[in-house]
Amino acid sequence: MSTDSLKWLWYASPQTFYPLAGILARGCAVAAAVLAVIGLYIGFFVAPTDAQQGEAYRIIFIHVPAAWMSMFLYVVMAFWAAIGLAFNTRLSGMMATALAPTGALFTFVALWTGALWGKPTWGTWWVWDARLTSELILLFLYLGFMALQAAIDEPRRADRAGAVLAIVGVVNIPIIYYSVEWWNTLHQGASVSLKSAPSMAATMFAGMIVMAAAFWMYSIAVTLVRVRCIILERE
Amino acid sequence: MLAALRCIVYRDLLLALRRRSDVATALLFFIIVASLFPLGIGAEPNLLRSIAPGVIWVAALLSSMLSLGRLFAADYADGTLEQILLGAAPLGAVVAAKALAHWLVSGLPLVLIAPVLALQYDLALPLFWVLSLSLLIGTPVLSMIGAIGAALTLGLRGGGVLLSLLVLPLYVPVLIIGAGSVDMAAAGLAPDAQLLLLAAMLITAAAFAPWAVAAALRISIE
Repeated sequence: MSTDSLKWLWYASPQTFYPLAGILARGCAVAAAVLAVIGLYIGFFVAPTDAQQGEAYRIIFIHVPAAWMSMFLYVVMAFWAAIGLAFNTRLSGMMATALAPTGALFTFVALWTGALWGKPTWGTWWVWDARLTSELILLFLYLGFMALQAAIDEPRRADRAGAVLAIVGVVNIPIIYYSVEWWNTLHQGASVSLKSAPSMAATMFAGMIVMAAAFWMYSIAVTLVRVRCIILERE
Repeated sequence: MLAALRCIVYRDLLLALRRRSDVATALLFFIIVASLFPLGIGAEPNLLRSIAPGVIWVAALLSSMLSLGRLFAADYADGTLEQILLGAAPLGAVVAAKALAHWLVSGLPLVLIAPVLALQYDLALPLFWVLSLSLLIGTPVLSMIGAIGAALTLGLRGGGVLLSLLVLPLYVPVLIIGAGSVDMAAAGLAPDAQLLLLAAMLITAAAFAPWAVAAALRISIE
């Protein structure tokens, strides 16, 4: 037990984490590429055409995983921020800083692909629906986090100020999730849930899961590369 | 502890009273913003009636945000804040007192003047109460959340614009529920649910925001 926890703490130091991050980043980048190819193949060639939405629905293979990641990454960011505040570790703050741009990117992708999907399906690029709006607010939260960190010159203060903001902002995540129930609007309810069987063809579901895994690997790889840059810059 | 809090509230109010123009500016801003909308959109009464709750609430949001910069800036500049941090009174409580003072100076006047703006927008009389009540419950939440942003951006360059970027997204739920309560009443339904949700936000903010502000202040000062 004690040696186990020691091993984990061993990598809490930026110097020892740096080479590990390099190996992990390379592995995850390869996995992301392979999974993306498989996922896109399933999405474009294997999954059947949707009865109502036609071919336009295929953008969900990008849209849904991106939306998942955008919310999930914010929670991860807040998690590292909280760890950094509680234990005063340098690496945690760097992780939070490194996660923010990837999270913002996925939020933007989710919004953009949502607009592309909404035009043929709903007949409009944008509606002021609860989920779209909360996703937009999430993008603002990411940008605010990045702007705050950019405005502070001293890296330790930037880490900790950003951490407080991230933890405050994480209040927004449940609001996004429950907004569908709170305001009854245009956006369809979640099609995939843990409790019931997915209300879509198995191949569509598989494609989405594989793409989600690909995005996951991509996020890890990019974040670790960015952490390595931050370590080099600061240490 | 209570004596210290009363002292802080009294001091902040006194300071605001000595600089009356600061208070008046934020209030004037509120009135001007609300008056600009009919000029831009057109003075069609039905349209005005339907946008009134949202416009008045957005104006309140912006006006409350404008005065946030002053919440800690003066104390930070003259070293008072450092003394407060070193002092015996718990920082979370002191911060809550400062937020309360900020609300008394910048939030309460908005609540009192809002019915006049509602007149301009030709709102029905019963809605005045709902509007005032929603602002009365909602604006303290704005002061609480805003204090977090003010503490985080203390002493930063471009603090004002940054503050708006941090704080406005967090204001959104208050805006939605607050304006929603008036819309609800305008549709002839009971606005109780929205007002209770606002009250829940107020309680949550009052319980947790001071700790976040205190943590942010400690980070900014050291």
